Amino acid sequence: MITVIGLNHKTAEVELRERLAFNGPKLEEGLKELAGHPLIKEVFIISTCNRVELYLHSKEDISEELINFLSSFHSIESQTLRKSLYIMKNMDAVRHLFRVASSLDSMVVGEPQILGQVKDAFDFALERKTTGLILNTLVKKAISAAKRVRTETRIAENAVSISYAAVELAKKIFEDLSTKSFMLLGAGEMAELAARHLITNGVRAVTVANRTYERGCELAKEFNGRAIRFEDFPEELIHTDIVICSTGASRYVVTKEQMHHVMKERRHRPVFLIDISVPRNIDPAINEIENVYLYDIDDLQGVVDANMLERKKEAERAENIINEEVEKFEKWFNSLDSVPTIVALRKRAEEIKETELKDFFNKFPSMDEREKKAVIQLATVIVNKLIHPPTAALKNDSEDKDILIATIKKLYSLNGEDE
Amino acid sequence: MGTILFEIALTLYFAAAIVSMVELWMGSRATSRPVIYIAIGGFFFHTVSIVLRYFQGGYLPVTNLHEASSFYAWAILVLFFFLESRYKLGLLGCFIMPLIFVLMLSSSLLPRELKPLNPLLRSYWLPVHTFLAFLGNAAFALSFVIGIMYLVQEYYLKSKHPSGLFSKLPSLQSLDEINYRLITLGFPLLSLAIITGAVWSETAFGTYWRWDPKETWSLITWFIYALLLHARLVAGWRGRRAAFLSILGFIFVMFTFFGVTLLLKTYHGFKG
Repeated sequence: MITVIGLNHKTAEVELRERLAFNGPKLEEGLKELAGHPLIKEVFIISTCNRVELYLHSKEDISEELINFLSSFHSIESQTLRKSLYIMKNMDAVRHLFRVASSLDSMVVGEPQILGQVKDAFDFALERKTTGLILNTLVKKAISAAKRVRTETRIAENAVSISYAAVELAKKIFEDLSTKSFMLLGAGEMAELAARHLITNGVRAVTVANRTYERGCELAKEFNGRAIRFEDFPEELIHTDIVICSTGASRYVVTKEQMHHVMKERRHRPVFLIDISVPRNIDPAINEIENVYLYDIDDLQGVVDANMLERKKEAERAENIINEEVEKFEKWFNSLDSVPTIVALRKRAEEIKETELKDFFNKFPSMDEREKKAVIQLATVIVNKLIHPPTAALKNDSEDKDILIATIKKLYSLNGEDE
Repeated sequence: MGTILFEIALTLYFAAAIVSMVELWMGSRATSRPVIYIAIGGFFFHTVSIVLRYFQGGYLPVTNLHEASSFYAWAILVLFFFLESRYKLGLLGCFIMPLIFVLMLSSSLLPRELKPLNPLLRSYWLPVHTFLAFLGNAAFALSFVIGIMYLVQEYYLKSKHPSGLFSKLPSLQSLDEINYRLITLGFPLLSLAIITGAVWSETAFGTYWRWDPKETWSLITWFIYALLLHARLVAGWRGRRAAFLSILGFIFVMFTFFGVTLLLKTYHGFKG
């Protein structure tokens, strides 16, 4: 039985998630303790800031014991835990992991880190040999499902934060950001973040104009740029392609007339103005000027919202892919049952017997009925004797039955349909 | 044989135009790859049909409107494939194929009979003059399409609702720059076509300029592109204005091409 037990950003507050986290030495300890349990065959633990999840392959349902384990391991009252924990079994657990790996269960749907976190969590367990055939295959399939989602849907495209949206827009106005100049007008946390994104995306010539010149110098140093006095910024506008403005002034610091003049001076080369100050510092009417693209904080938020909506639509397509992948996994998982394997093995043996007998009789058409009967009997006895030991082993409920089944399927190539 | 090849090319271009429309309608999931594959197929048959016609007639097949229109589509595609391999302008294929199809459809509806060449046109100037004119006009056709793409992309940015095709269209800067480059290619070609035409006219009729409607309208077109280049270089007219002017210029190109031949009296060969 495959089980997942855990909690995430939707079911638990950050305080509880922190207390339940398996970080540092706790992860190794927890894995060891779980792997030592007689009913647990395989286990791995995903522990990130947004989720803590235990994936297990066990002989029978051990949900209660798992809750008790979590509660005693982290010394949290089990009543508190129960309210936030979810437990899913078999294909529901499989679907859950596939959705997690594909970032459909993330706080920001489509964010790319989670797949790496799943891989790391699994590798950690793999190195400590707490996983086996089932969970190894499960994670392998989860990764390929996530990759399918990534390539077949646009779930990870489109910026979903304001500063990324600004970079995305800049790239549609200018072809090559590394040849563009950039000015930070005023400072502020969000302005600096957006500036940083622009710089990591190639912008090189950076100018900082801040009301307090010293602070401007500090920032300029950090961005590898230069600082100018705030009063000098209108002159600098003429040589600037991208401006992020956040001055905290209560009126417009850039007016339409001023911008008309700037555009004439710069021979109408395009300008991208990002005004993230509230109240706004750049006259919104400036957007009417040709080759000027002005976005304020609400405009950027609008872009982000639209992208979020797009992601949600893509998420629906992703769910279909997940369903397909879960179905495939289910087929494989069920095929690990001993009965269908015995049937398949027997069928394969019968097929071989029938073809060989047919060939044989064609070669010796002169045989009479009695002789034929004897040959058939001989073939049947040989086949039965040969397949008896594997069949008996499969019927026997042994410890490593899954591996045995997988091995027999491989040896007799009974895996016709999957992969 | 040539006719069948022409029909195959026309059918493939039709398919490419339909696929283009579907792709553009798909918005953020659009891609021009399938369109380009179909177009390459069409272009292959198209090229063979032009070559066959050249050997049947013994002259460059541009002397009646059927031939000229098909040759024009062909020239645009040559230039398009060149641009595509060099700059990878997203979705250009989807924007260009409807135009190619319209040109080919017009060509297919016009009389196709192969006539012996008018002795007046029997000259080395024929391939030189027409080739320059067609290549120049092909550059203008592409600049028209890129101008439209520019306006679409600019609309997305100015309206502050970047959605639909926004993520698939190239940046404004690259659209504007390539538009400019195409016009700097088309303009000298058109100038040379006019000059070679004048020289040819002198050797054939003894006069450089006869105010034939085709000559007049070519000159008007030339002035529009001259204005466009001048405004760009002197007054910094770029972006939207340049895009508008390249669209306007192409309207004149089309009128000179079809309008003059069909509506006005001209000795220019397209009527055969």
